[in-house]
Amino acid sequence: MRILVLTKSVPDLVEELVLDEDSGELLHDEMTYVPSEWDDHAVEEALLIKEDSNADVTVLAVDTGDVDNMLFTALAKGADRAIKLQGDFDLSTSNRKRAQAIAHYVKENPYDLILSGVQAIDDIDGQIPAMVAGLLGMPHASVVTDVRLDGDRVHFHQEYGGGLQAELASQTPVVLGIQAARKPPRYASIAKVRQMMKSSVLEEVEVAVEEVPELEIRRFFKPVAAGHAEMIDGDAEEVAERIVSILKERNLVRG
Amino acid sequence: MQKAKSIELEVAVVNGIELPGHWNRMFEPRVISEYDLSVLDQVTSIPGAESLGYCYQCGKCTAVCPVETVGDYSPRKIFRKTQLGVSLMDSPDLWLCTTCRNCLRVCPKEVNMIDIMPAVREQAVLEGKAPAELLTAFENTARYGNPLGEPPRKRTEWVKSAEVPVPVMSQVKAPVDVLWFVECYPSYHPRGKDASVALARLFNALGVEFGILGTEEKCSGDSQRMAGEKGLFEMLAEHNIKMLSKYQFNQIVVTDPHAFNAFLHEYPKYGGQWPVQHYTQFLAPLIDQMHLTRPLNKKVTFHDPCYLGRHNGEYEAPRDLLKAIPGLDLVEMGHCRETAYCCGGGGGGMWLDSFTRDYTSQRLSEKRVLEAVEYGADILAVTCPYEVSRFEDAVKSTGNGGRLEVKDIAELLAYSAELI
Repeated sequence: MRILVLTKSVPDLVEELVLDEDSGELLHDEMTYVPSEWDDHAVEEALLIKEDSNADVTVLAVDTGDVDNMLFTALAKGADRAIKLQGDFDLSTSNRKRAQAIAHYVKENPYDLILSGVQAIDDIDGQIPAMVAGLLGMPHASVVTDVRLDGDRVHFHQEYGGGLQAELASQTPVVLGIQAARKPPRYASIAKVRQMMKSSVLEEVEVAVEEVPELEIRRFFKPVAAGHAEMIDGDAEEVAERIVSILKERNLVRG
Repeated sequence: MQKAKSIELEVAVVNGIELPGHWNRMFEPRVISEYDLSVLDQVTSIPGAESLGYCYQCGKCTAVCPVETVGDYSPRKIFRKTQLGVSLMDSPDLWLCTTCRNCLRVCPKEVNMIDIMPAVREQAVLEGKAPAELLTAFENTARYGNPLGEPPRKRTEWVKSAEVPVPVMSQVKAPVDVLWFVECYPSYHPRGKDASVALARLFNALGVEFGILGTEEKCSGDSQRMAGEKGLFEMLAEHNIKMLSKYQFNQIVVTDPHAFNAFLHEYPKYGGQWPVQHYTQFLAPLIDQMHLTRPLNKKVTFHDPCYLGRHNGEYEAPRDLLKAIPGLDLVEMGHCRETAYCCGGGGGGMWLDSFTRDYTSQRLSEKRVLEAVEYGADILAVTCPYEVSRFEDAVKSTGNGGRLEVKDIAELLAYSAELI
């Protein structure tokens, strides 16, 4: 079983996002980038599958600059190989174009199971796994947890409305958007990451991407705050009383 | 299993006199030799952890270990449990040591927990066995250069409230006398920032030519090293050394005894060798120039930080400074100087509060605050950035709010010099 995990880096929200005041563009160079949290979960799920079944795990990132650390960290956690897709990409490259590049690569280099974080905070559109599946004509599921291999089939869970969980099965190859891994993503010690940087190489694969239909971002802006929080002053008794009356006013308590 | 051989000589010649050894010879292997020592061997084979095997269980460490007073833990017990086959790697014991160094002070066999703990912990971190809250502090430090997870760009935000010049080296572009290594808690923690503001004003009042690294500074990493993340420490050391090497200065002055320890003993191993002083050492000879005019008519006791006192032998500078404040009545607690108690924050303890709570009856900081109250102190003076927040929390949690204040020595000096 060959597993491919799609990873990307996203702006780190610990720092404030910087917008160009005139053009409303996000200033990518002013931001720091960190691995997408959902992709961390996809990597973890792949490594757990590997522990269960001896699968071979490859992590992939579109080279938008500064993805090396993310890939070496995945290797330190236990991934077998890391691929950097190179071409005409930068931090503003759209998901549509990234999906096209990944699809080109997978066409030449087949995998049985392709995992990706279900979405990423930079666009929250969850398109990468769906588009990769679409471009490759593979089955796809989104918001997936608990991925297990059963012979040459893949079983996994998906959350439905009304508090239902469904267990689904698929033939391979299949593309899944991972909501959460079975366990919290593991820690890679810095010594191990640094050792990986010295002892392993990231495989660089050149991909050319034709023109793809894309959306244009006209501007970014921060939403105008509609209301403000009420700060409750006073001693414990007064604060408690106010909280109780708010809960009653808004019908949040029964009886 | 192979039986141990007797180790005593059959005959010894001392000063030409032949002494037969039959009266004290061990003719049968002792009970101790019957143990399966493979688990102990596993630990002592880790480079740095060899000395655990030297323990002969005299129990001196048990009498001085701060963790022992609030839990079932001491270096001797660690040895004994390991000898009996309990895996240290999987035991919560591994994370309770604060590396305060009190055991090593009294150990006749030099069983060195200061080397054993980071060595074994490093192995545990590699095997994924470290407590989750500690890993969060590691990740924050790796990503943001500080264990609090605060934005790196805001490392100099505190400077705004100093209201005196705090030059950043990248903008100074000239040599300075003192490179002030501010560290994380003094840069980000609200109460740590108070001490930084006080120190910045003292430096200005004294006319010290100083500069800080600003956003080029990252955590010195010493506590992360003691907590088992040597790789992270190396990464931080390399970064800080690279940044410091860009500038010209005569000496480094640090706010944090843990950074002091790193600059004194660890950074030189990575090529970073500069004269370094803790700020109390730097200020002590300048007492006469500080204009300490406003009296502080309070009973003050001083908590020796483990990494300034026991680790690096400085007990006088903080006391000299406190004694120079007019009106201040310095009282010593029973545990002071070499025998000082530990605040619980060292060796990663700062980031293991929830974990430690499950295995101890009380926080070390609470125990210490109760001692200060017992000695009738109005103010508990500190000079390590971990301590202000730890002790202030402990004052509240032991129900002593309003009874005991916690102040950094820099704050007390700035108060007396009418700078705050």
